[in-house]
This record gives sequence, C-alpha cells and structure tokens, in this order.
Amino acid sequence: MVNLQPGHEKIISGSRLEHVLKAGRFAVTAELNPPDSADPQKVYDAALVLSQVCDGINATDASGANCHMSSVAICALLTRAGYEPVMQVSCRDRNRIAIQGDVLGGAAMGVRNVLCLTGDDTSVGDQPQAKRVFDLDSIHLLYTIKTMRDEGRFLSGRVISEPPRLFLGAASNPFAPPYDWRPIRLAKKVQAGANFIQTQFCFDLARFREFMKMVRDLGLDEKVFILVGVGPLRSERAAEYMRTKVPGVVIPDQIVERLRKTPQAKQQFEGKRICIEIIQQVKEIKGVSGVHVMAYRQEELVAEIIEEAGLLPRPRQAEVTKHDPFKKKRKWERVKKL
Amino acid sequence: MPKSYDTRSFNLGRWLRNRPRFLERAFRVSEWIFKRFDPLIERLGYKKVEPWIRPTEEWAKKLVFDCRMCGQCVLHATGMTCPMTCPKNLRNGPCGGVRPNGHCEVIPEMRCVWVEAYERSLEMPFYGHEISYLQPPVDRQLEGRSAWITLLSEEDRPVTTGWVEVAQINIRP
Repeated sequence: MVNLQPGHEKIISGSRLEHVLKAGRFAVTAELNPPDSADPQKVYDAALVLSQVCDGINATDASGANCHMSSVAICALLTRAGYEPVMQVSCRDRNRIAIQGDVLGGAAMGVRNVLCLTGDDTSVGDQPQAKRVFDLDSIHLLYTIKTMRDEGRFLSGRVISEPPRLFLGAASNPFAPPYDWRPIRLAKKVQAGANFIQTQFCFDLARFREFMKMVRDLGLDEKVFILVGVGPLRSERAAEYMRTKVPGVVIPDQIVERLRKTPQAKQQFEGKRICIEIIQQVKEIKGVSGVHVMAYRQEELVAEIIEEAGLLPRPRQAEVTKHDPFKKKRKWERVKKL
Repeated sequence: MPKSYDTRSFNLGRWLRNRPRFLERAFRVSEWIFKRFDPLIERLGYKKVEPWIRPTEEWAKKLVFDCRMCGQCVLHATGMTCPMTCPKNLRNGPCGGVRPNGHCEVIPEMRCVWVEAYERSLEMPFYGHEISYLQPPVDRQLEGRSAWITLLSEEDRPVTTGWVEVAQINIRP
C-alpha cells in the first residue's frame, strides 16, 4: 500500500505522475522534442530513453510556434506503446471547439495528464504569416477542462457521457515581470483547476527563491505540485540566443560569463554541470515537488543529467500505483479479501 | 516606431490612462447613470436604444482606451487598461513572454498591457482588487456591440454556470 501525502488522498486521474507526486516522491518529467518527420520511429527512439528516467513525457504542441508533429499524434504513439505522456495543449492554434474535442480524444487514447498553455506567439516561429487564434487563454482552458472532468459538461453546458479523467497542469514563469503579481497569477491558475505546475527555465535562483516564498505565503505549495523547469545550455552562443530570442527565458550574466570562461570544447559539459547544480539547489527549496527537464536538441543529455543529479532510480509503476481506486478488482482479489 | 507606442511623444489616450483614479471615478459615475436609467432603457427596448449609444461609446472608448469593441467590457477589473489590446487577447493576466524591461513579446516597442494594468490597478481604490478575479472566455458573438447595453441586458454573462461563482472569489490576500 502506498501512503499518499496528507491533503492529497484523493486520486483524480490515476496517472503515474499524479501517483508519484501524491506519494510525496520527487517527480521528474522531461520534454520530447517532436520530429519534423512522418516516421513514428523517431518518437519511439526518444521515448525509449526518456521513459526510463522520468515519470511523464511532455509532448509539446508546436513550441516556439514552430511547426512539428502534433502533440495529439505523439500522445497517440506514446500511449500505444505504454508510455506516460503529458499532453500539451496551447491556445494559439485552435479554438475552443477543436481544443475540447482534442482533450476528449486524448483521454480516450489513454492520456491522463494535460498541460494547459497560452502558447508562444506566431511571430516568433517559423511561420509568422499564420493567423493567431487565442480564442481562450490558459486559465480559460484550465477551467474548461476542469468542468469537463468534474461536472461532465462542455463549455456550452452540454453533457459528456463519459467525462475525461485528467491530471491538469499549467505553466508559470516566475522570471518575467510583473514579479510580485506572478504568484497571484499562479493562484488564479490553481483556482481554475491546476493540479501541477511546470515552470519556465530556471537559471536565476535568487528570483526563484523569492517567488517560492511568496507562493508559500499564499499557501499554494499545499494545493499544487510545482515542477521546476531546468535544462542544459549547449554553449555560450546558445545561452545568448535563448536569452534574446526565446520569449520568457532569463539567464543571469554570471551563468553566461561562466560559460564564456570555459574553452569551446568543454562548454557543453559545463552547461550540463550548471544544470545539475541548479537541480540540486532547487530540490532543497520548500514547496518544490519535482523538476521538468527541457533539453532542446540535446535529448542524449537528459538521462545523464537525471542520473548525475541523483534522481534515479525512478519509482516503478507498481510502486506508486498499487491502489488505483478506479481499477476494477479481479475476481481472485475479491475472493482473497473474504 | 508607431506614435502610440512611443512614450516620449504626447498621446491623449495614454495621458488619460495613466490617471486611473480619474478614469475609475468617471466609470463609477457613468455606471451610476446607466443603472439609474436602466428601467427606462429596458422599457424603450435595448435593441432600439443601442444604435444611439453605440457610436458615442465607440468614439470615446477608442480615444481613451484604444477600444476593440469586444462588447463585454472588463476595464474596471483590469486597471482601466483594455485587455483586448494585448496581441494575444489575454483576459486573465500576462503571459510568460513579457520581456525583462516589461515590454511585449510580440511588439517589442510596446509596454506589456498587463504590466501597465497591474501598475494602474494598484492606484485604484474601488475596483483595483478585481484584477485578481477570473474572467470568463470572450463571447465572440458580442463583438461590435455596445458594452453598456450588453451589461444592462445581462447578455455578457457567461453561458456556463460555474464561471460566475468562481469569478467572484478574490485571491489577493
């Protein structure tokens, strides 16, 4: 029997990520970079490595407004092979009708975690000519899926015969202004139904500690699981590119400086070291429930980072999901109890 | 740089928006007037009165707030700053892409609408706290309608029942 943490005794979706978090274990999720290809093998290859080192694989939804294989399709491939995906849904490309349909379809395929995002704007992507939709925003999306799950109704009020069982996630960026309002925006997301949070890349630890203090003062750390976004920097140039071109990423000067001082050949190794150090420091902060590793075009490093940060072995599925209340008991189990 | 983004040159709308206390009072006065005349407007018929109110409302709100005529005004809950001027049309706060200098991710020369909204809401004694309310999704059918009429006729209320209750909860400690 797994002991769930006080205040989190109720299992909502039955997903592995939910069980790991509610059992009080330090969770690890990682991002799968979707291929620009119609070949499913690329997804399987990436998932094979990631599944051994994390509790949930994020299927990104055209992140950075660049066109890739869709998140619904990646989730279809992953669930088919028995992996645990976190389906990312962004409001940039679809209106409320399409999104609700995709969520139902995802749940039917076996998706148990959904991450609700507003999405990067089209202007930063490879096709800035595209029409931006933004029919809903991330908070609308959270609340819409929450009503679908808890009340079994669409946004229109129409009844869903079998409501989707989902663990709802949202994003948060503590590193963008207005800094003192960010925790209140997080509270809004919790109010709208967020069960877990994945943050933007964390490089500025001082700012993050400040943010977490405000979060704890609002009592949010007891209501929501916060997974801190981390990732390795490939080189000084990559760091410079990310802080200037990728929206919402803040990298302090001392980290760029540290990379600049290392020779070109060793910069990737140094970037990995920085990432591991950040994981170890973030782990000590009260209210942090896990990390979310994002390594764009450096998937091979994810396993190394998680291993070297001392986060292995990940709990086996059976270790944390033994008492799924939704699971129908087999005949012999019922007999045994008698 | 378009003139309206350039903070050095004079822009009447921005000058007024930077005085949220005054605008809040103006809002309270007009709200009082409209609520007072609501029974009369209802008897005349909202549909009949709308063509008379709409052009004035559009002209005034375009001038002051750069209004986009979404037909469901939440200005008093967003620091007297129109959330529809945000390129992503966000109604519940800033996205994660705000630049370190407080400017917009999409239009780098423009200050983030929500950074301004937050600053202004802190100066507003009556409605400032409403910025932490949850706002329901935009009803796109009301685009181009007069927001005063949709407010009085209660057409701007969200369809799903849950929104109203959840929206009223004040999060700020």
